[in-house]
Amino acid sequence: MPCPPSGVSAKMGPAPGPAARGREPSYLGYVWFQLEEVGTLRILAIVKQVPDSNAAVKVTADGKGIDQTGLKLVVDPFDEFGIELAVQLKEKRKDVAEVVALTVGGDKAAEALRVALAMGADRGIHANDPAFETKDELFYAAVIAAAVKKESAPIDLIVTGKYNIDLDAGAVGAAVAEYVDWPHIAAVTGFELAADGKSFVARRRIEGAEEVVEGALPVVLTIEKGMVEPRYPSLPNLMKAKKKPVALLTSKDLAVDAGLAAGLQFLSLFPPPPRPACKMVPGEPDQMAKELVRLLREEAKVV
Amino acid sequence: MTDTRTPDFLEVDSLLAPDERQVRDTVARFVDAQVLPVIADCFETGRFPMELVAPMADLGLFGPTLSDYGCAGLNHIAYGLIMQELERGDSGVRSFASVQSSLVMYPIHRWGSAQQKEHWLPRLAGGQAIGCFGLTEPDGGSDAGTMKTRAHLRGSDWVLNGAKMWITNGTVADVAVVWAQTDEGIRGFLVEKGTPGYTTRDIPHKFSLRASVTSELFFDECVLPAASRLPGAHGLACPLSCLTEARYGIAWGAIGAASACYREALEFARQRKLFGSTLAAKQMTQVRLAEMLRRIVSAQLLALQLGRLKDAGRVHHTQVSLAKWNNVRAALDVARDARDLLGAGGITVELATIRHLLNLESVITYEGTETIHQLIVGREITGEEAF
Repeated sequence: MPCPPSGVSAKMGPAPGPAARGREPSYLGYVWFQLEEVGTLRILAIVKQVPDSNAAVKVTADGKGIDQTGLKLVVDPFDEFGIELAVQLKEKRKDVAEVVALTVGGDKAAEALRVALAMGADRGIHANDPAFETKDELFYAAVIAAAVKKESAPIDLIVTGKYNIDLDAGAVGAAVAEYVDWPHIAAVTGFELAADGKSFVARRRIEGAEEVVEGALPVVLTIEKGMVEPRYPSLPNLMKAKKKPVALLTSKDLAVDAGLAAGLQFLSLFPPPPRPACKMVPGEPDQMAKELVRLLREEAKVV
Repeated sequence: MTDTRTPDFLEVDSLLAPDERQVRDTVARFVDAQVLPVIADCFETGRFPMELVAPMADLGLFGPTLSDYGCAGLNHIAYGLIMQELERGDSGVRSFASVQSSLVMYPIHRWGSAQQKEHWLPRLAGGQAIGCFGLTEPDGGSDAGTMKTRAHLRGSDWVLNGAKMWITNGTVADVAVVWAQTDEGIRGFLVEKGTPGYTTRDIPHKFSLRASVTSELFFDECVLPAASRLPGAHGLACPLSCLTEARYGIAWGAIGAASACYREALEFARQRKLFGSTLAAKQMTQVRLAEMLRRIVSAQLLALQLGRLKDAGRVHHTQVSLAKWNNVRAALDVARDARDLLGAGGITVELATIRHLLNLESVITYEGTETIHQLIVGREITGEEAF
């Protein structure tokens, strides 16, 4: 995994002021903070619905998309690490007020949101609008950032997978951090939030070593496999999740820079070409060696 | 990794509600991750995977249709899908959940006293207690009305004498729901493990349901306090209605076992080469695979409609009989044909098919033999009892 962009990591250090956290200091918010001694931290987990990694994916005839018929969709396994981390923080600490799960997607994505709610998220945000459909992770991140900014009470921590298994670009966490103007730590393998609920120590795996970084909230973490073991949502919790509140947001609710949507032009999808049949060279070892050299020279033209 | 899902040739998925699919997918994931890796060894060594009881309880697999005592309050389609997925793992694992839910929690919830419910249902749902169901006896199971186990009153206590056989979970159960003849007719009793006069013994030498405990229960002057009787249960119709619950789950479970065999046979046919082409390219193989799929698709639709009737409160036990008979027969036929298609490799438990095949020999026998279900349907359409 690449290191965070230098512009982002440079921001690591003392907590940025309220303005840098992208929130308007409001009188109401201030009063709330004064009265409540516990439960002020808000964690947002980004949840993307993706095709199951075991599913056989078929490209549609027009080459523009993936055939959705009978396609099994799941919560991105890396995003599950983020949900699990958020829920564990809430279970372990008294100062976590709530875990919010956010998804961007069509009607079916509500099912992914429900898994997150069944795993322990308190409420959901579903950004559902044809205008949000994209294969561009920067635009996807811009929609998420717009939803984060729209939250009336500020979010302190955003967690998501280090990449999503559908587009594999790994840009979501970093781009969200950029849009909300927070630091970002990529491929996190450990996270300790201090008792004050502000400063933290995070660990991340880099080539041949582990990097330890310090910082203060707010921050965007993208989670590496193995940091936490996601729980199965139990069936009673799946049923209870139906009753948890989910806010629906459309393009009317979210101000997303339209120019971003045109940033990446999507041309076509095609399956990789089938591997050509393997040619077996028969005979005794010395004959096989001679024939192999002849084939490499005359047919493959590599020697 | 291969796709382990049940085939969906007729888009039956589109007939399921999102939460029904979600329940199925959750249980499927549990089965893939926790049951499939251990189950062949369990079968081979004749061991029930006791370590799965706690995770199954955590998932909410015991008593999932109840909506109190911490249970999920699912509809019966979702319950059926749970059974389907568990049996895609193994009939023994599904049997454990069937017994706990349909044969132990169901009668306690329906006919138990407040005290019995408060004591047992949270424990059974949480997996802290295991239950078993004693109806079948050494002299037979199909004619349950002639049971020899008797309970008589001595003062305010009940004294139980007799024996029960082929009891799933018997030796590991903390509580047995035992049915006995009394002067007033058939009554149900909750017998706790360790009650003097109550002993259990495993039935050895099984070649089927090897990853499941099957036992005998013995009652020798077993004294039970009056509060042990299920106060709401009167007559043979009560245990039979428990069986209708369990049979409903089996009709779904069979789809899981059949699917596992079909998947394995299809995968093998695509890879195995014989006389210059794959088995999958032979007409005979295609006919056999198509037959398997036809049976599975029919079973899926039958189970689904049965479940919708059950959720609407309109299901009749004869419909459940038809479905248990059809679906288990379909699964057994699929398993036998898949076993044959797999060739020599198909006789080892390295592959799942022979395990499912051997298990299904029990499944077609217990909870009403195939013949009993045929005669139940026969009685329904002719009005003549011919048992």
